[in-house]
Order: sequence, then C-alpha cells, then structure tokens
Amino acid sequence: MSVESVFPQLEPLLPRISKPVQYVGGELNATVKEWDSTTVRWALMYPDAYEVGLPNQGVMILYEVLNEIPDVLAERTYAVWPDLEALMREHGVPQFTVDGHRPLGAFDVLGVSFSTELGYTNMLTSLDLAGIPLRAADRTGDHPVVLAGGHASFNPEPIADFIDAAVLGDGEEAVGEITDIIRAWKAEGRPGGRDELLTRMAETGGVYIPRFYDVSYREDGHIDSYAPNRERVPATVAKRTTMDLDAWPYPKKPLVPLAESVHERMSVEIFRGCTRGCRFCQAGMITRPVRERSVEGIGAMIQTGLENSGFEEVGLLSLSSADHSEIGPLTKQLADRYEGTNTGLSLPSTRVDAFNIDLANELSRNGRRSGLTFAPEGGSERIRRVINKMVSEEDLIKTVSAAYANGWRQVKLYFMCGLPTETDEDVLQIAEMAKNVIRAGRQASGRKDIRCTVSIGGFVPKPHTPFQWAAQCDPDTVDDRLRKLRAAVNSDSDRSLGRNIGMRYHDGKPSLVEGLLSRGDRRVGRVIERVWREGGRFDGWSEHFSYERWTSGAAAELEPLGVSLDWFTTRERTEAEVLPWDHLDSGLDKEWLWDDWQDALDSREQDDCRWTPCFDCGVCPAMGTDIEIGPTGRTLLPISPVGVGSPVQNPSLIR
Amino acid sequence: MQKLRLRYAKRGRLRFTSHRDVARAFERALRRAGVPMAYSQGFNPHPKISWIGAAPTGVASEAEYVELQVVQALDPDRLAQVLDAALAPGLDVLEAVQAGPGGLAERMEASRWRIALPGVGAPELAAAVDALMATEHVEVERLTKDGRRLIDARPAVISAEVVDSAELAADSPDAVGIDMSDAGRSCGILVVVVRQTTPAVRPDDVLSALRVVAALEPPVPAKATRMAQGRLDDGGGLTDPLAHDRAAIG
Repeated sequence: MSVESVFPQLEPLLPRISKPVQYVGGELNATVKEWDSTTVRWALMYPDAYEVGLPNQGVMILYEVLNEIPDVLAERTYAVWPDLEALMREHGVPQFTVDGHRPLGAFDVLGVSFSTELGYTNMLTSLDLAGIPLRAADRTGDHPVVLAGGHASFNPEPIADFIDAAVLGDGEEAVGEITDIIRAWKAEGRPGGRDELLTRMAETGGVYIPRFYDVSYREDGHIDSYAPNRERVPATVAKRTTMDLDAWPYPKKPLVPLAESVHERMSVEIFRGCTRGCRFCQAGMITRPVRERSVEGIGAMIQTGLENSGFEEVGLLSLSSADHSEIGPLTKQLADRYEGTNTGLSLPSTRVDAFNIDLANELSRNGRRSGLTFAPEGGSERIRRVINKMVSEEDLIKTVSAAYANGWRQVKLYFMCGLPTETDEDVLQIAEMAKNVIRAGRQASGRKDIRCTVSIGGFVPKPHTPFQWAAQCDPDTVDDRLRKLRAAVNSDSDRSLGRNIGMRYHDGKPSLVEGLLSRGDRRVGRVIERVWREGGRFDGWSEHFSYERWTSGAAAELEPLGVSLDWFTTRERTEAEVLPWDHLDSGLDKEWLWDDWQDALDSREQDDCRWTPCFDCGVCPAMGTDIEIGPTGRTLLPISPVGVGSPVQNPSLIR
Repeated sequence: MQKLRLRYAKRGRLRFTSHRDVARAFERALRRAGVPMAYSQGFNPHPKISWIGAAPTGVASEAEYVELQVVQALDPDRLAQVLDAALAPGLDVLEAVQAGPGGLAERMEASRWRIALPGVGAPELAAAVDALMATEHVEVERLTKDGRRLIDARPAVISAEVVDSAELAADSPDAVGIDMSDAGRSCGILVVVVRQTTPAVRPDDVLSALRVVAALEPPVPAKATRMAQGRLDDGGGLTDPLAHDRAAIG
C-alpha cells in the first residue's frame, strides 16, 4: 500500500498563513525515498516550530543515520503554528512530514525529540492532527509506535500515558537496534501484535515502555514503588552511550533550510558529555563521560559539511567547547586552513576559565566577529560554590578586559535566579559584577560605548542532578529579586554604568511550569492533557504561554489526588523518597548525587575528573564506559589549496 | 574584478520563499559552487550581490535578476550551469552575462504578470478585467507592517488580457509552470503588464482591484508568476534587460 503526499490538499492553504515556506520541505540535503521500497519507516518530530526544530542536531543526526540504511525511510515533522492548525482541522489535512508530505499515521515509528518539557502540548497537537489516539493504551497495530527521546526522556513520566516508549541517552545506535526489532517483527508477520513488539524493545534493557510498569502511591501522595507488570521486562532501564564519536561523523550533509532558522550555521559536535559538575546542569550529569572527537575527525566533518551546506559559520559544539583538550591547536589550524574564505568559527558555549583572547582572535580571523558570551551563572562567589560553577570574578574581568582591548564592544553574561540557598544578596552581586565588567572594559578599550548584557533565567531543578531534591524557588521570590537587581543596576552614584548594562529576563512563572513537567510523575499527564484541550500550544513561547491555564489545570487535576503544583515544585524532597525516575538509570549513583547535594548545601566544591582523580559519580562502572580525551598531538590533514572567497575550489569556473 | 548579471526563475513550491530566503539560498549556493565572490570590507564582510527587485512571497517568477561581483574572471555560461546545479530545484538560473555599461535596475520599467485563477472561468474574468480597465482609479487596501493602507492600483496597470487555460498551447511561453494536466478544469488566466511604481502594485493588488470593481472572489488562491520585466517598448511589450550587456560583449 503506497502512501500519497498530502501536499495537493496543503498547498491551497499555504497562501493564507504566515511563513508558508516552513511547510514546503525541499531543504538542501533532505531525503525523500520511495515508500514502497522500504520496510521500516520513521517519522522524526521536533515538537517546536520549524525554525527552532530544523537546526536540532539530534534530529538531523538520526535522520541521516536512518536514511543511510537502504530499507529504512526517515522523514521529519515539526509543530505547526495555530494558524495552519486551524486550517488543517477545517480541511481535514493530517499532520504531515515536510519531506514527502506523508501523513504521520502511516509510519512505523514516530520519534519525538524533547530538548525541553515545554514541547509536550505540541506533541499532543500533532498526534491529534495525525489521527493517532492520544493515549498509548488506545492505539492498535495500525498506529505508529510513539517513541520519546532527548534530555527530557530521562523522566518521561509526565507523558507516560501518551508515549509507547522512551530511549534514554545517545540515539545513534539505539535507532538501528529498534529498526532491527521492527523489521524482524514485521517479517515474521507481526506476531503478538503491538504488545509483543514493545516487549521485544523492553527486553533489550535500553527501551522504556511506561505501560509495562505499575506505579503504586502511598496515602500521603508519595510514590510507593515502581514494578514491571509482566515477564521479560527489566526492573530498570539504562541510558545509551555512543562511545566512539569518530565512528559517527554525523551530520555529514547538514540540512540547509530555505526558511530562516534560529541557527544560521553548521555545527560539529567536538565532544559529548561534561564532567565540570555544575550541579544545576542536567545535560552535564546525564551525558557522562566526556568523549572527544579527534582533531582529524573534526577537520574532516567541517570540510565535508561546508562543501555540502555553503554555511559561512561553523559552530564547534559541546557543553563547554573551550574544554576540548586540543581546542587551541584546533582553532589555529582551522583558521589557517580557511584563511581568505570568509568562514567564521564560533564556540557557542565557553567557560571563562578555559577561554583566552588568542582563541577569540583565531575564531574570528576569517569571518564575522560574533559576540562573546560567558555564563558565570551565579552573582556571588558563595552561590557559585553551591552550584559548583567555579569561575572567579577575577578571571572574568581579565578575559573581558582583553576582549574589549581587542576590539570587542559587547559581552553577554548568563545567570540564573532562584538557585538553592540563594538570597537577595547573591542576586544583587550580579549588578556589581556587570558594573565591574563595564569599568574594566572602559579602561581597557579607552571608550565609553562598550556594553554588557546580562541575561537571567529562572532555575528549574532537574531529575538526575544533585538538585533533584531541591525546593524550586517560587515565582514571586524570583520576580522580586529580579526587580531589586534591576534597581541596583540603575541606581548608582555613577549612573552611566547602568546605561551600558542591558538586562534580559522573563518572569518566573514559565519556570514553575517547567519544574512541574520536569520532576512530575504520571499524575501530571492529566494536567498536560487538560491544558492542551483548553488550547495550550507552544508553551516555550511567551506569546502563547498561559500561566493561568496551567495553574487552574493543575488545581483541577492534582488536588483531588492529594497533591498539587507546589507539591511537585517548591517542596524539598527527602533522601528516602522514591523519585519518579528512580527506575531509569543514568548511571549516576543515587548516593553520590545525595552526597553532592549535601556538599552543595555546605558550599563545598567538586573538581573535574578529567584533571583530578575519579570521584565515584558511578557512571563509568555502571555503563562500562571511560573518559575519552586527548591531547593526541595529531594535526589536521592539509587541504590545499582552498578556494578564494569560499571553502570550495572550482577550477572549471575560471577563464 | 568582474561583474556578472543573472536571470533566474522561482518556480513551484519555492514560490513560497521570501526575498530573504532566496538571498540566503544564493549566498550558500555560491559558496558550495566555489564561486570566487568579492566580499565587502569590515568586521561583517558580505559577498557582493545586488538584487534587482524581487517577486513577492508566494509569487513565482520566470524573470528575476541579480548582479554578482567576483575576484577572478569567469565564463558566464559555466557560472550559470554550476550555480543552477548548486541551487535547489525551483530556483533555476536561466542565463548569465558579463555586465556591460549602465545600471541594470534602471532597465526595469514594468513587469508582465500571469495570474491563473482556478475556479474562475475566462468569460467571468474577462468581464471583471473590462470593468477594471474602464475605470481610472481603484483604491485597494493593503496590509503592511504598519497596519492598513490604501493605494490606487489602477494607474500602474498598462494592459490586461484574459486567456482561457484550455486554449493555451503547451509550448506557449505563457504555459510555463501551469499544470496542463488540469486542462479538463479550464480556468481564466490574466496576463497583465504593470508599471513599477512606488508603492509597488503587486499581483495581489490587481486581484483586490478586481474584487472592488467586479466583486470577483476566486474560490481558491490564485497563482501569480512574473513572466518578464524590462523597459516598455513602443508596441506595449517589454525589452530584454540583458540585451545591452550581450551587445556590449559583442
């Protein structure tokens, strides 16, 4: 049975909506295979707008990995904006992929990548538009397996009723294994139906099937236990770790959209994982250990990627890119290689203490000079010890002074508000730090017109981190501290300092909802469904987010069960409490996490295991992994000569 | 340093690209194709590309023009070939010439637009067009960033004729991009020559004018295509804007 494109039905709707180009597909390096020539078919969804979802590296990697398998087809889909959603409902157009414009319901798997929990309502919209029952229990053999991945899948309990399966950790190898299971099951004539298919996935120990686990609750509302409710299902599910990044050089052919997207550059992941140990950082905790890509591997990916994409900027991506053991030689060699080709390099995420101005100059040697961004995260040294983000104000001042002296005019600083043990004084120190940056910058540059932008996000405690037990700060306190901070930035004997400081922040309310979705259990699913039925869409977008819809939904659905929004967010957990993700194994030893939480409360720091002895977080022994870092002392393969004004040379053009 | 002028088409579903989308796609295709572009100086160097107008988002075109500056002398035909191969299907480079003397923008006086109106019969369309041509002024409303504004769409319209899609020969230049398999359901096609004015009168504004004068309401969105642009000749046609450049090279 072939599956027809819905584009003829979609096309007449496109002139009536905003930014129609995001729905037409046709990206450079997109793949459209013939439906009938394949046996296993994946739809990959990033549950946010196209402009956000398209550049997502996770989806891009899995899309390419899957399409390289001859009998596998993978297409992409993104959340449609409410203007198109309304027209699709009116005209009966189902949720479609942008590659072949095929209806989602026809695929074997719908893989949804959750970088953030605020995409949950968007998943419900697309399931509903696709005609796929919202609840996993209502699906039959005719429906796709709805599979969650991404960082939020380390606690998929709030969406447990809506998904069939979740994979924790790296996807490169997992998608192949799941494909093999589906291929075999289909070839055998689908024995045992959907239940058998999901059981085979569960049996691997690396795919979580929420429906195969029963949760019991105590009278006080706490979880009593999680237990598998059938045979062949393991008690815990482990995360996946791809060890050899050089064996997975994806994306080889980055997708280049026609529409504008949030990242107008190609990205190369230079290492995965981080052991700096910032206690708020879920990404750093759940992606251990550090695995570096080799210098040659990075160099080859960049050249292939530039040839295939035409991008003018290359992002050297990781959780803390200046920590790559060979970042200095690497950037110098890349800058040499791309001299005269207008190819810029950027490090989207850098630590002040691993950064220096030579590095910055190499990065901007051949391209546009991007801004400098650092994340001290906390204003006072005390709070930085609590969160284990040990960068000193002295380091920061030294680095930004050098930047201003070398011609940079603007520095961005990221902070969080609402951290455990935080007081007003900790937050007010942000103003002092920003003013010291301006003072030092004026002196270093001899100019008055330099700027410092301070961006502040509300802290949300996340599962699998030492702060998973912490009480989330309530929005009123966060908002109050930010008001006081704004006043402190502007009220000074030297008013001109404040004028050079920009402040960006959102109120604390969305963070509280994110907190509910991050540390919630299965009972939170009812809240998500109610909010969605009442119109909740695009919760990560302030113009679509409604705090009232979430608080009233939470009150209606949770309070009859004896719990509440506050119970899930602003309540501190005890050591003995069963957490909703205890049966999901990130490799981190729960006792170690608890000790690290106690160290945080005592403002005690923890070093990085890359440079000091192992501190027994538990990941390597639990997962059979090890740190993979250099320096190797190896160098980039010479590519000569590169082109003029372009990293590609085409002698056939020249007269 | 060499200056080259290109005509390109925006076709099919790529008509939904905005001018900024097209510009980004060109910049990236030029890099992939290894074209030795000239760059501007400064902290934010940009490739030297000059755009000569641009068909609106949602409107296809067979006659878009762009100027490039390169730092090594290139063969224009070869450039057209490799750049077309590097661009997505639907953004098609049709020809390239080395620039002769004189500016390109000033050779663009008017555009010929072809607007297919599925679901509107040719006689109905012809009656509406007659009503439009019989009036001197037609105020239409346009939604802009700054809210609604009124423009007079009529004076810019130089000529307008109606064709029945069933009578259009498949090899007619006016048939480019029209799905002839749809011929069973024939529809009216409006071919209109519009002077380039400020503010510009676009195909949408012409359709709005037909709504105002004749209450013409197409049941599905019309499909507009820019077929040509250039200077008006004595016969009411448009001259080829690249003819001068070709003549200069000899």
